Amino acid sequence: MSLRIVVCVKYVPDATGDRHFADDLTVDRDDVDGLLSELDEYAVEQALQIADEADDAEITVLTVGPEDAKDALRKALSMGADKAVHVEDDDLHGTDVMGSSLVLAKAIEKTGYDLVVCGMASTDGTMGVLPALLSERLGVPQVTLLSEVSVEAGVVKGRRDGDAASEALEAALPAVVSVTDQSGEARYPSFKGIMAAKKKPVESWDLEDLEIEAGEVGLEGAWTKVDSATERPARSAGTIVKDEGEGGRQLAEFLAGQKFI
Amino acid sequence: MAEVLVYVDHVDGAVRKPTLELLTLARRVGEPVAVALGAGAEATAAVLAEHGAVKVLTADAPEFADYLVVPKVDALQAAHEQVSPAAVLVPSSAEGKEIAARLALRLGSGLITDATDLEPGDDGPVATQSVFAAAYTTKSRISRGTPVITVKPNSAAVEPAPAAGATESLSVTFGEKSTGTKVTARTPRESTGRPELTEAAIVVSGGRGVNGAENFSVIEALADSLGAAVGASRAAVDAGWYPHANQVGQTGKSVSPQLYIASGISGAIQHRAGMQTSKTIVAVNKDAEAPIFELVDYGVVGDLFDVVPQLTEEVNTRKG
Ligand SMILES: Cc1cc2nc3c(=O)[nH]c(=O)nc-3n(C[C@H](O)[C@H](O)[C@H](O)COP(=O)(O)OP(=O)(O)OC[C@H]3O[C@@H](n4cnc5c(N)ncnc54)[C@H](O)[C@@H]3O)c2cc1C
Ligand SMILES: Cc1cc2nc3c(=O)[nH]c(=O)nc-3n(C[C@H](O)[C@H](O)[C@H](O)COP(=O)(O)OP(=O)(O)OC[C@H]3O[C@@H](n4cnc5c(N)ncnc54)[C@H](O)[C@@H]3O)c2cc1C
Repeated sequence: MSLRIVVCVKYVPDATGDRHFADDLTVDRDDVDGLLSELDEYAVEQALQIADEADDAEITVLTVGPEDAKDALRKALSMGADKAVHVEDDDLHGTDVMGSSLVLAKAIEKTGYDLVVCGMASTDGTMGVLPALLSERLGVPQVTLLSEVSVEAGVVKGRRDGDAASEALEAALPAVVSVTDQSGEARYPSFKGIMAAKKKPVESWDLEDLEIEAGEVGLEGAWTKVDSATERPARSAGTIVKDEGEGGRQLAEFLAGQKFI
Repeated sequence: MAEVLVYVDHVDGAVRKPTLELLTLARRVGEPVAVALGAGAEATAAVLAEHGAVKVLTADAPEFADYLVVPKVDALQAAHEQVSPAAVLVPSSAEGKEIAARLALRLGSGLITDATDLEPGDDGPVATQSVFAAAYTTKSRISRGTPVITVKPNSAAVEPAPAAGATESLSVTFGEKSTGTKVTARTPRESTGRPELTEAAIVVSGGRGVNGAENFSVIEALADSLGAAVGASRAAVDAGWYPHANQVGQTGKSVSPQLYIASGISGAIQHRAGMQTSKTIVAVNKDAEAPIFELVDYGVVGDLFDVVPQLTEEVNTRKG
């Protein structure tokens, strides 16, 4: 039987650009380029490797995001995923993590799955909790923050490097997995991959397709409220000295002045 | 006064510093009731009481160690039912965030992660977050359910505040799903004897400029002279020069020490995301154009192999 893998990929504002907030305190997406969250490339990569090891597998990439989020899907398709699902609806603007996990969970159920693969965190919200929330919503095991992952005979195994210990984990499918940037470099799309991606199917669903009420998501439906966002004041320019043989001692002098030594 | 649940991060009964910081913040919004789980849970009571816990709920069962995350959520949910708290606070470790998220969903509550400060407000606690690699500071609150908030290490000073801290055992019924993910082996991280990276007052980090695993001894010697933790950039970690557990940045540890010293690190946005909130920042880099210099309070343009050993020697002499 075919192994159905769903990879959740997020379209995020480029971290090297000038990210900021819009007047309604949501992320301003118009002013800065977006891209597939780099940490989700690792998720796509691991899904491709798991699929390679399976007798027969199909990889669907899934995103919840605005029109431009199709770019993230195209990138994942050009890396080798088979098909894509884009959940897009104006009422999604300003959704918090609880709403995002609801939409993703409904879309995953509608697609059908044996394994869900996520990145360790998005590069914008960086909460790192969505995979755990999907596991809770779908009622299947979470096998998260893996630096190594494999699937064999309906069981997913992995290694999780925590603060205090490194753990070996195991769960029966279906399951939700998230992988870290230690799991292995993501491949670059080949020219052939990029051409092939153009012909791969991308389905678009809105909230109605997922039987979600507008009030359950978006700014109105959010269970959290951002009251203010202020730009951090620029640091006042520090002292910069050129080492001409005394740099270490000068630095010691500074640290002593600050009472660090 | 309303009670506030505080999830205790401990290793075999030794409470980690971020939990004690959390007790300080918890006292601003209510009376802290600590929840300690697993082996050594009862041994945490004394130090928690010293830092303001009016009560310590403990539970131990093999499930906490043998299965991932979910048994701890079951326990926290049981504590929530028993106490009906005004808020639930959890340290922002990777596991802490996952526990908090699942609990919030079960409670029908909103979730805020990685708060760096907490104040009481008219509509519940107001959390400060530092977002977009610390370029913005936001203030948020939870508008539905019991606020569930995770708080970053070094967000508050540890303040002793003796309280009763009476231990009560918490009875937990594990859900059917709690045994879904088995922990089949566990290898504890070896202690280096140096302070914990996320908790240290001083962090000394090395990057690609250190140019080799053996050269990290230069960074370690400075760290030891200052009683500091050692950090590394991802470039240094990826090259295999230093363990991943020491990586500072977006996908490594986020640190916020009194003093951060970066040597041979350029200051890429993903590195800055993990250290930009440090109180005092110092860099040594031979490239005067390196972006790290935009952040520093004091920077030395020079070869780290000249500057760092000289600094170490000077620190050791002054300590003398
Ligand atoms: C700066 C900032 C701070 C925020 N703080 C909060 C907060 O405190 N509380 C709150 O409720 N919300 C918050 N949000 C909103 C929240 O980040 C989004 O709702 C989001 O989609 C889920 O969280 P995350 O992006 O942090 O995901 P993470 O939990 O970090 O993402 C992990 C993985 O989930 C998958 N994933 C996440 N989002 C999507 C998506 N849209 N489509 C497909 N896959 C996805 C990816 O595989 C990703 O790697 C914040 C957003 C920003 C930009
Ligand atoms: C999704 C994602 C997540 C990431 N997460 C992280 C993260 O968590 N942490 C992180 O650090 N990076 C992270 N990165 C990588 C980041 O983008 C940079 O590549 C990395 O931080 C560079 O490390 P570096 O500064 O040590 O190396 P480089 O950028 O190569 O800089 C080396 C510096 O050393 C200086 N130098 C060389 N020799 C000497 C000498 N003898 N004396 C003094 N100075 C010298 C050079 O002038 C240069 O400025 C991430 C990247 C991505 C895409």
